[in-house]
Amino acid sequence: MNWAWFHKFGSPPHIYRIAGTLTPWFGWPAGALIVAAAYAGLVLAPPDYQQGDGFRIIYVHAPSAWLSVMIYGVMATAAAIGLIWRMKVAHAAAASCAGIGAWFTGVSLITGMLWGKPMWGTYWVWDPRLTAQLVLLFLYLGYMGLRSGIDDLGRADRASAVLAIVGVVNIPIIRYSVEWWNSIHQAPSVMKMDRPSMPMDMLAPLLMMLLGFTLYFAAVMLVRLRAEILRRERSASWVKEALQ
Amino acid sequence: MTPPRLVRTGVLAAALKVLERDLRLAIRRPGQLLQPLVFFAVVTLLFPLGYTPELDKLRAIAPGVLWVGALLASMLALESLFREDAADGSLEQFLICGQPLVGLVAAKTLAHWLLTGLPLTLMAPLLGIALGVPVGAMPGILSSLALGSVTLSLIGAVGAGLTLGVRRGGVLLSLLTLPLAVPVLIFGARATELAIAGESLTGPLYLLASLGVLGATLAPLAAAAAVRIGLE
Repeated sequence: MNWAWFHKFGSPPHIYRIAGTLTPWFGWPAGALIVAAAYAGLVLAPPDYQQGDGFRIIYVHAPSAWLSVMIYGVMATAAAIGLIWRMKVAHAAAASCAGIGAWFTGVSLITGMLWGKPMWGTYWVWDPRLTAQLVLLFLYLGYMGLRSGIDDLGRADRASAVLAIVGVVNIPIIRYSVEWWNSIHQAPSVMKMDRPSMPMDMLAPLLMMLLGFTLYFAAVMLVRLRAEILRRERSASWVKEALQ
Repeated sequence: MTPPRLVRTGVLAAALKVLERDLRLAIRRPGQLLQPLVFFAVVTLLFPLGYTPELDKLRAIAPGVLWVGALLASMLALESLFREDAADGSLEQFLICGQPLVGLVAAKTLAHWLLTGLPLTLMAPLLGIALGVPVGAMPGILSSLALGSVTLSLIGAVGAGLTLGVRRGGVLLSLLTLPLAVPVLIFGARATELAIAGESLTGPLYLLASLGVLGATLAPLAAAAAVRIGLE
């Protein structure tokens, strides 16, 4: 089998160009989907019979919570690729994921707190999923802390990659242990295979938002990846040509 | 007739040597050995002062206090796990000695547990009494801490390896390892709570044991990889 296409991904200028080409292909659909889903979710969808209009925060809360976990997976995958094939671009991709992941974790925590105030009567309860998100935020912060704590770039890349992989093994354990520890969070209402407990006119905007947020992440990540590649390759000759 | 002297080589022999060396080094510096224990005692005894001297109330928070105290004390001793050996070049000798680094790192982790986890476990009942824990709960506390502290040492070894290249890595080390220690803390405190209430604690003990097995299987690999990276 010809692996040339794979090895090309190890080349920073190649990735820099591809990322530049792909960014609008993710960015524009993301913007359109998010606007459409916001209209559908905030205006068209009926109010919840119990929570009234308060439930509408789900259209921000659930997608960011989904992304916070997914981004960790993407980050760890990129880190593992970088560790195994010694691919610097993969490490750069992992580095550009961390900030976005931490940000979405923060957004899901804050929207969760704002949602908790009218529904549970308090901003913070030690609910398992909120707690797991908080731990995830600390995992992200630890990852970023380790990355910035090591001066040598190659070592920072590899050490943080090991940490990301250790984190991936741990996240499910942390989630389940916290789940058994204490639970009042509402049961998952989207990810039920047989029949979602949400009516279609509420669910459709949520799924659109989910897709929109994911595409948005892809676009932002590509922009950040380009910046990260430029930062790392700043002394290379192709950078001067690319920036002229 | 004297039998020919057998020179044992292999990863097990090398690991035993490392273990022996670490224990000997530690015993020659008893002051350092006592530090985590004293820390554990001080932290635990701050709670009656800061919260309330009533034993009934203290008993209610005793599981959390004991576990958080043990967790922090075990973390305190982690920094020196690889640092001195990295500074004097012993770790580099480990790398080039031809034995798998995983085995040697596992031996160092075991030494860390024997020198901190085990003494902390043995001290916990004493501190438990100060928090109003009934004597009947002591076997439960001992067994849960003994199991849980193994996993804490294993997770800590990964963190200590990762922060090898960081200049002042103490705070970062805690930031890396504490989130990973959440499951141990949850099940350990739960087991202690059940022990204090006089109920069966086999459930959380099994979970602690399974975390320990999982940690013992995977953590030395990650720690060895981290040390290798830290020494580059």
